[in-house]
Amino acid sequence: MTNLVDTVLILIILTNLMLLGSSRLRTCIFVVAMQGILLGALALLTENSGLTIHLILLPTVIICLKGIIFPFLLFRTLRDLNVQHEVEPFVGYGTSLVLSPLVLVVCIWLGSQLSLPVEAISSLVVPAAFFSIACGLFLIISRKKALTQVLGYLVLENGIYVFGVSIATKQPVLVELGILLDVFVAIFVMGIAIYHINREFDHTDVDRLNKLKG
Amino acid sequence: MSLFLLGLSIIFIGGLASLISGRRALASFFGVTGVVAGCVIAVVPAFRVLFNGVAESFRFDWTMPFGSFFLQIDSLSAIFLIAILGLSAIAAIYGMGYLGAYREKKNLGVVWFFYNLLLLGMSLVVVAQNGILFLLAWEIMSLAPFFLIIFDDEKEKARNASWTYLVATHIGMVFLLLFFIILAGKTGSMDFDKIVVMDSVKAGFLFILAVIGFGTKAGFITLHVWLPEAHPAAPSHASAVMSGVMIKTGIYGLVRAITLLGHPPVWWAWVLIGISAGSGVIGVLFALAQHDLKRLLAYHSVENIGIITLGLGIGVLGMSIGSPILAVFGFAGGFFHVINHAIFKGLLFLGAGSVLHGSGTLEIDHLGGLIKRMPWTAVTFLVGAVAISGLPPLNGFASEFLIYLGVFKDGMSHGLANIIPALGVIGGLALIGGLAAACFTKAFGIVFLGEPRSKHAHQAHEVHIAMVLPMVILAILCVLMGVFSPLIIGFFGGAISTITSLPQEVVQGQLNTGSGILSNVVIVSVLLVVLIFGFALLRKWLLSGRSVSEMETWGCGYARPTARMQYTASSFAQPLVFLFRLFLRTARKDSPREGLFPDRAFLQTDTADTSSKYLFQPLFKGISFLFSQLRWIQHGWLQLYVLYIAITLLILLIWKAF
Amino acid sequence: MHLERIINLLLVIVLSPLIFGIINRTKAIFAGRTGQPLLQSYYDLWKLFNKGAVYSQTTSWVFRLGPIVGLAVVFATATLVPLGRLPAVIAFDGDIILFAYLFGLMRFFTVISALDTGSAFEGMGASREVMFSALAEPAFLIGLAAISAQRHSLSLTGMFTGADTAFGAYILPVQLLVSFSIFIVFLAENSRIPVDDPNTHLELTMIHEVMVLDNSGPDFGFITYSSALKMWLLGAVLVGVLVPSNGNVWIDMSLSVVSIFVLAVLVGIVESSMARLKLLRVPQLLLIANALSILALILVLR
Repeated sequence: MTNLVDTVLILIILTNLMLLGSSRLRTCIFVVAMQGILLGALALLTENSGLTIHLILLPTVIICLKGIIFPFLLFRTLRDLNVQHEVEPFVGYGTSLVLSPLVLVVCIWLGSQLSLPVEAISSLVVPAAFFSIACGLFLIISRKKALTQVLGYLVLENGIYVFGVSIATKQPVLVELGILLDVFVAIFVMGIAIYHINREFDHTDVDRLNKLKG
Repeated sequence: MSLFLLGLSIIFIGGLASLISGRRALASFFGVTGVVAGCVIAVVPAFRVLFNGVAESFRFDWTMPFGSFFLQIDSLSAIFLIAILGLSAIAAIYGMGYLGAYREKKNLGVVWFFYNLLLLGMSLVVVAQNGILFLLAWEIMSLAPFFLIIFDDEKEKARNASWTYLVATHIGMVFLLLFFIILAGKTGSMDFDKIVVMDSVKAGFLFILAVIGFGTKAGFITLHVWLPEAHPAAPSHASAVMSGVMIKTGIYGLVRAITLLGHPPVWWAWVLIGISAGSGVIGVLFALAQHDLKRLLAYHSVENIGIITLGLGIGVLGMSIGSPILAVFGFAGGFFHVINHAIFKGLLFLGAGSVLHGSGTLEIDHLGGLIKRMPWTAVTFLVGAVAISGLPPLNGFASEFLIYLGVFKDGMSHGLANIIPALGVIGGLALIGGLAAACFTKAFGIVFLGEPRSKHAHQAHEVHIAMVLPMVILAILCVLMGVFSPLIIGFFGGAISTITSLPQEVVQGQLNTGSGILSNVVIVSVLLVVLIFGFALLRKWLLSGRSVSEMETWGCGYARPTARMQYTASSFAQPLVFLFRLFLRTARKDSPREGLFPDRAFLQTDTADTSSKYLFQPLFKGISFLFSQLRWIQHGWLQLYVLYIAITLLILLIWKAF
Repeated sequence: MHLERIINLLLVIVLSPLIFGIINRTKAIFAGRTGQPLLQSYYDLWKLFNKGAVYSQTTSWVFRLGPIVGLAVVFATATLVPLGRLPAVIAFDGDIILFAYLFGLMRFFTVISALDTGSAFEGMGASREVMFSALAEPAFLIGLAAISAQRHSLSLTGMFTGADTAFGAYILPVQLLVSFSIFIVFLAENSRIPVDDPNTHLELTMIHEVMVLDNSGPDFGFITYSSALKMWLLGAVLVGVLVPSNGNVWIDMSLSVVSIFVLAVLVGIVESSMARLKLLRVPQLLLIANALSILALILVLR
């Protein structure tokens, strides 16, 4: 069981690495979708209280939202935007890939220093969570396209989610659903916003949004 | 010990005699004879100490405050002493041939005097057992090269280089002064055997001082700025000594400092490993981007100092977390690399000197095809290149192998935090190795192979026998140190046990394991050599009686190839330089190519030293700006200056009175 | 015991050229061709060994030494690599490092003998070769360090034939990560798609093939044979990392040999289904290999 949880967590780390290393936005969205499905799997694996509604509901909702609906929305935005590639990020893909193991090491060190109220189901939980959060922040900071920033936001939220799902196993479903709804609305709004920005300015490079301040 | 003092005196007298001879032909004779005879005599006690394991000391009363003339050859000094004396003697023989060409133009007596003085200073540094004496020797050692670097004093580059060197070495000196003053502290004695540091905060502060002070001499990254300036400017035999052994005195100082400061906490190891991985990787990257052969070699010194310090860092890590395996293998690898680097870097600098001597230029892109014109230089340079790339079966591999082995054996079982050193060492050494191979295939391949790229290379000729012989000796040493590596590491036991305060048996036990493993490496190496001969014979047999012909190099059917169409060193290195542009920041100038048949185009790339350009130049500019604000003090009136002195004196007296 | 070692060595020497045959046959099947005979590389070698040679006037003894050193190195390396439960001829702590560095020596001589011709093509290939291998080497060594730490052994033989190799003792994620990383290194070091295209001689995309453009006759035979051996040896390491042992020496041996051939089929599939990567993207692929290796090491050590 632990072995399986470990595998899922490693796959989550790997999806983050893929996200850092790829410039094609289509691939990025696909990877984020994969990550959503992995989160669902994680929720399924960490629940050990038998067959309850919680067990069925939560993973299903996660997989539906993060694995299917969000990516679908993003793919549609992508189609409307007519951009395929992230252009000239502030930090190059090679550099991101070189830095990422270092960040991972730091995350592991942080994880080993942190004392948690409950025993985590795997020693990889905290590192994976921190790493996702770090990657999300990194994407938001270093990339220029608005769409990548949305992806960064999603990954960041996934990181928080990994933390929650594996540590607080007895979290009320409602809270989780609430968070999910928040994200859902956020993605929706961002999608619309990006679309309109694109129509007004012919590009979605966020580093040039400062022109808006008049 | 008396033999040692006798040797040093002979070296000094030789230097004096050649200074007096001045421009006469005798100057070289006195200088070289002094060095060679002195080294042969002085090295005897060093070997005796290594074999017997008993330190030899000499103390004599001295009226210097805090100072005493206290010399001691222990196992640690002996290792460095052998490297210093050995390489200096061999380089001196080379220097006789090398300087011959300058006899008409320069006062060679001066060159030899300072060369001998440098040697004297280095030998004293590694045996001095008293802070004041150490600093004095250090200053002699630091000043003498200034006069060697400024050898080509008609060139502005050489003058600038010597100033850069002088400033850098004295900044280092400031930190060392502070280090020794604080170290002596309240006990008031500067004898190394009486110094005790109990306070861990103070020890940490002293460690940082030592890293900066000794690191400036050794050439740690960001403190290395003087190396790529000074090494190319000095005459080649002096560069060989400076790069081969003088910078190692920085390593010696650091190790000695660690022994004085008591049990090291783990962060010292982390600092050392971090610095060394940085020095190694960035050093070799800068080397890769260079166009000048000696500058390239100078950056490789930064890289190799990195490898040595990686060994020390692992050793210190072993000391602090209580792992004898790490401690012994780390230090053994580090010390072995000190000697090995002295041999192959000496060899390579001498080779570069021969290239300059034979062809008149060191610009890699202007050379080519020298293997046919300078066969001996080429084959010895190849040996050096393989050795410095850390490839088996030569000596460079043996020392890197020991460091790897330490980490593989015990570097990965001490908790999560120690993943970082393990990664730093394995990843760092592997990357350094790959990049060094890239760099030396470039250096050897472009300089010695292919067709000559300029008239310099066309007119090149093999150098005098007095210059070939030292290179051959060093090349043979590269092979021997590889073959006898299992025996050699046994001699490091004494030094390691002094530093780590581990019992002699434990250290020797680990070293025996190490030599057992190394002898397996030697078996594979011997097998490799046998196979090479076997396949060479096989090839000969296969080709016998068949047609073997010569043609032009295949050029895709292009009818009139020229030497200018060959790949250049710059283009060879370009992919890697581009990949690591973040660190290198290579400036690139090229002409726009317009029209269908652009007739002339040029491309120029220049990789300036980033730490000099982005750190020290702004820093010194800032300082000079600050001082220019104080210029109003200076009026040119003598009376006023005396007044300043008087006021200062008065303030000091009043301050003391309270 | 000695018999097993010698069988191991013989298998390497005899079977390695077959790998090329299998790769080419796989590619032929994908392309809908019949393809060359499986034993074609043996015929090629025989033909090359029976030919005379042509040398460029520019070249020196370095050019003649290159192929010899290359072949000698792979033979020396072959004594270090176990196969299934068959131990290597020579095994000692740290032979992993010697293994990696011996290939470094081979590369050094291949590169300088390429530069010896003074041809711009070969210079170009050499330049790319050193770049990619400098990035591949850390991935390989860190990956093996992870396996070494996991199986508590410092020699290839100990790692791949010890008691820890049984399936139950597997920490699967580590094995998978390291295998994937070494697979990338395997493709890069053996100059296969997506890093290099072994079929192009005269395009500007080439790496390894162009370095040996001026070699002919027995020299080229040596080079071809050594690249077959190198492929087998790296393949054996990859198989050692991934394939668990069964317990019986002979079953394990057959399993490993079959696995190496499966690997060859896999290479064929990759080559049929992928295009060569843009040169600027190759370092990224190798960096991914590095990241995977580091991740594996972290997983083992945590």
